[in-house]
Amino acid sequence: MAEASYPEDLKYHAEHDWARIDGEEATFGITWYAQDALGEVVFFDPPEVGAQVTKDQSYAEVESVKAVSDVFAPLSGEIVAVNEDLGDSPERINEDPYGEGWLVRVRLSEPSEVDSLLDAGAYEQLLESSG
Amino acid sequence: MSRYTGVTDRDLREMLDAIGVDSVDDLFAEIPDGVRLQRELDLPGGRAEQDVFEHLAALAARNRHCDEEISFLGAGMYDHYVPALVDTLLQRSEFLTPYTPYQPEVSQGGLQVMFEFQTAISELTGLPVSNASVYEGPSAVAAAGYLAKLETRRSRLVASRGVHPHSRGALRTHAAGYGMEVVEVPLTTEGATDVAALAAAVDDDTAAVFVQQPNFLGTVEDLGELTEVGKRTGAVAVCAADPLPLGILKPPGDLGADICVGEGQTLGNRLDFGGPSFGFFAAGERFLRKLPGRIAGETRDADGKRGFVLTLQTREQHIRREKATHNICTSQALNALAGVVYLSWLGRRGLVELAELMLRRTHYAREALALEPINPGAVVREFAVRVPDLDALFERARAEGINPGYRLGRDYSEYEDGLLVAITERRTRAHIDRLAAVAAAVGETVAA
Amino acid sequence: MTSAALDPRAGEETLTIFERSREGRRAFTAPDCDVPELPVEELLPKSAVRERPAELPEVSEPELVRHYTTLSSKNFHLDEGFYPLGSCTMKHNPKLHERVAALPGHARLHPLQDPEYAQGALELMWRLQGALAEVAGLPHVSLQPSAGSHGELAGLLLTRAFHEANGDPRTKVLTPDTAHGTNPATVTMAGYQVVKVGTAADGGVDLDDLRAKADADVACLMLTNPNTLGLFDRNIEEIERIVHDAGATLYYDGANLNAVMGVARPGDMGFDIVHFNLHKTFTQPHGGGGPGAGPIAVSDRIEPFLPAPQVVRRPGRNGSAPRFDLDFDRPRSIGRLRGFQGNFGVFVRTYAYIRSLGGDGLKEASEVAVLNANYVKALLAEEGIAEYLPIAFDRICMHEFVVSGRGAKARLGIKTLDIAKRMLDHRVHPPTVYFPLLVEEALMIEPTETETKERLDHFAAVVRAILQEAREDPEIAKGAPYTTPVRRLDEAGAAKRPVVRWRPND
Repeated sequence: MAEASYPEDLKYHAEHDWARIDGEEATFGITWYAQDALGEVVFFDPPEVGAQVTKDQSYAEVESVKAVSDVFAPLSGEIVAVNEDLGDSPERINEDPYGEGWLVRVRLSEPSEVDSLLDAGAYEQLLESSG
Repeated sequence: MSRYTGVTDRDLREMLDAIGVDSVDDLFAEIPDGVRLQRELDLPGGRAEQDVFEHLAALAARNRHCDEEISFLGAGMYDHYVPALVDTLLQRSEFLTPYTPYQPEVSQGGLQVMFEFQTAISELTGLPVSNASVYEGPSAVAAAGYLAKLETRRSRLVASRGVHPHSRGALRTHAAGYGMEVVEVPLTTEGATDVAALAAAVDDDTAAVFVQQPNFLGTVEDLGELTEVGKRTGAVAVCAADPLPLGILKPPGDLGADICVGEGQTLGNRLDFGGPSFGFFAAGERFLRKLPGRIAGETRDADGKRGFVLTLQTREQHIRREKATHNICTSQALNALAGVVYLSWLGRRGLVELAELMLRRTHYAREALALEPINPGAVVREFAVRVPDLDALFERARAEGINPGYRLGRDYSEYEDGLLVAITERRTRAHIDRLAAVAAAVGETVAA
Repeated sequence: MTSAALDPRAGEETLTIFERSREGRRAFTAPDCDVPELPVEELLPKSAVRERPAELPEVSEPELVRHYTTLSSKNFHLDEGFYPLGSCTMKHNPKLHERVAALPGHARLHPLQDPEYAQGALELMWRLQGALAEVAGLPHVSLQPSAGSHGELAGLLLTRAFHEANGDPRTKVLTPDTAHGTNPATVTMAGYQVVKVGTAADGGVDLDDLRAKADADVACLMLTNPNTLGLFDRNIEEIERIVHDAGATLYYDGANLNAVMGVARPGDMGFDIVHFNLHKTFTQPHGGGGPGAGPIAVSDRIEPFLPAPQVVRRPGRNGSAPRFDLDFDRPRSIGRLRGFQGNFGVFVRTYAYIRSLGGDGLKEASEVAVLNANYVKALLAEEGIAEYLPIAFDRICMHEFVVSGRGAKARLGIKTLDIAKRMLDHRVHPPTVYFPLLVEEALMIEPTETETKERLDHFAAVVRAILQEAREDPEIAKGAPYTTPVRRLDEAGAAKRPVVRWRPND
């Protein structure tokens, strides 16, 4: 995805991860800023379905040729699905970070945690202020 | 001005001017007086090239090397014939003087050599994935232990006493950092790994099992049986292998080894009093992203041309840092070049012919020596025998310009009277007959 | 049409040695079999015998030589041009060294030869140990480690043994955030936890941060001085106090030793353990990625734990000459790190270097290394360069310095990577790029002492030319290199779908 974009309907975490809330579940991924900083993604090793993720903690890594980045959980819960397509096509994370580049889907354990996340505007401000 | 620098008086003036200081000493002003060396280094003064040559030549002359005696010394490094073309190629500046290939566009030679080396090692070991070298054999064994730790997160390593004493030693030393314990499994009275003892030693907390092929005594082990036992509880089966016998021995990858490592000195490298050589490291596909060291991968350039790059660098220390799969940076690229050139020189049939020649001569030597074998079973390039009076044998052999082999008692208290005899393609029948004659003469003397 | 378009070889496919193979060709002729040619199946159990040979190539000697010679011509190398890789010390490899290394008394000596018949080799190692001890300012040396990383690991294993012997096991090791990646990787392999120490505004260690983190659970601080920014840490005496007061050991990463030989010694700075990179400071050729060696020097209190065997000199019997030996009787040793006694072939070359230069020459090497680096730094500070590649820390540097490509990125739209790739077209090897991580778009430049002023002037001219060209047309650098054996390579593809060996039917 060539141009920076931060969809309004998503929630954002300061470590450059997004969450799309869907009732009791949520989908996670990394933001445009994160994939741009990494460069072309070459490898994503997904966690196991059934594993627990904890808000603010790393649950996986995304690799480019020259860098590795921790992926942080915006919210806590149990993994119910992982994006298997990324095994063959990790570049989807770059091309469509909010759509086909989704990483995991989680059943939320603490829905109230959503309140601590940033909306698109606040996240964009965060990016601007850190230069 | 030394012969390697070139700062003339004029250069110095211009450079100091450009920098904006009065003297070279000013450039060291940041170094506190308390740590400045206030005297000259206490070392002999520099010498002309020819003086240095004479000095080094005089030191070299005080070593008895393999062209000055008929040597049956092996025990991990062997006197093989290295063809002249290896020297020719290794002396090329283009191979000798570049750095690690971080700029692949100007390093295609080195990168393709790595790729070809990886292919050759994969073929020898029967495992699909190889790296571009580690330091040497025992370090490769230690590295396999680390990989097993990363893979299984268990804390025990089980090693047969058939594994080279230096490899077991290096494994122990490194395991102190891994937080792992190393347990040893004895050999049978026939000089092979005791399978029952191995089975008893392996438990749910065993990360890896180590065996060697042929083992240190030269025994051809039943690898299939050993790896099967080793892997029962999910441990990683590591086989340390001597590469030349793999010309006729079934590759460890075909016999259940998950990882095959070994010492590469015999592949085109010098003895050099123990180094530098290289270690090879091959493994099953599942270990690819945890492999230590450099890996060259094939790709295309912007014009679609075939090329090679260092790949999967996110495993390595310069990117992954504290989470790297190993800390290795400089490895043994030049020695690995010698290895792949040598293997290409031998070629598909040549490696088999060489290994068969060694096998036949080894068999002949064991029969000719007529000493009590420690490992009577199949051997392929080295064997162990009991010698009633080792000192007498060495004294007599030395007097005839022969080095009879390695005293096993140095590493195995169970074989105090043991002698390890190594055979290479350089040990002719005539050489062997001479050793046999010495052994017979000494045997006679002792008996009388 | 351009000359490149007229190149009839432009479409030639690169072949591996395997693809040059033709059944029946051979480069090797086996010696005659002078013993009974018993069948293999009589001598080996069937289960142990290979069913089909390893698929090694079948080539003649001329094809073999031509293949690898052609490959070699695709490598840029130190004997052809400037190689300013920071922290690599790409100094000239003296040609004498290959001659002495090839002497049969060295090259054909078996590692397990009886010490009585290896006195020349053992004496060489003993003398090398002494020379390294003098350079380091620490009396006890082990030549065993195979490379710098291996020396680092040895240092931490020694630290571990030291603390355990004191009944005081610790769990953490401190490294500056500018540390070379081998440092933290080694910390993990040695079973410790990495704790990063920050860098102060002047480029040295942040003393407040160090004080806060140097507690009783810290086993060691790993440091290089000068550091990877090429800056000498002026506070080294205070750092030493802090670390030793906390009961930790102080480890010196010798990668940057070329800056201070004969000028300042790590032992005098208070370091307990030092490693040397013989393939950096002491001219062992890099070989495209090794071999090297990483010997260590340690203080008295660390000495008991040194790896075994140690090379020692024993007094001669009855007034005869001293004898050199391998000492295995070291009850508190951490054990051996590798096979045999180390990379002896490397010791021969580096010993020859030290004897060639002498104490004076080693000091001169460091002085000129520092002079050359400061001169290049001054050239790059000129207008036309400095605004694009601002110096990261505006201080006198040691043997190397770091500039940031952020100016070029902002003003010209080209990155450090692009500048590096365009340098290749000028037949100059780029500096180290994107390290240390602390500096944005870093270029770490280490010219070494063996470059003449003209070479340094040329390098600055190349940098100027690339920036000038980018002002006019940044796309050129972005598409560079153009004149190398291959253009920019698809590294992402190589990582996504790794192909790490040739396969038949490929």
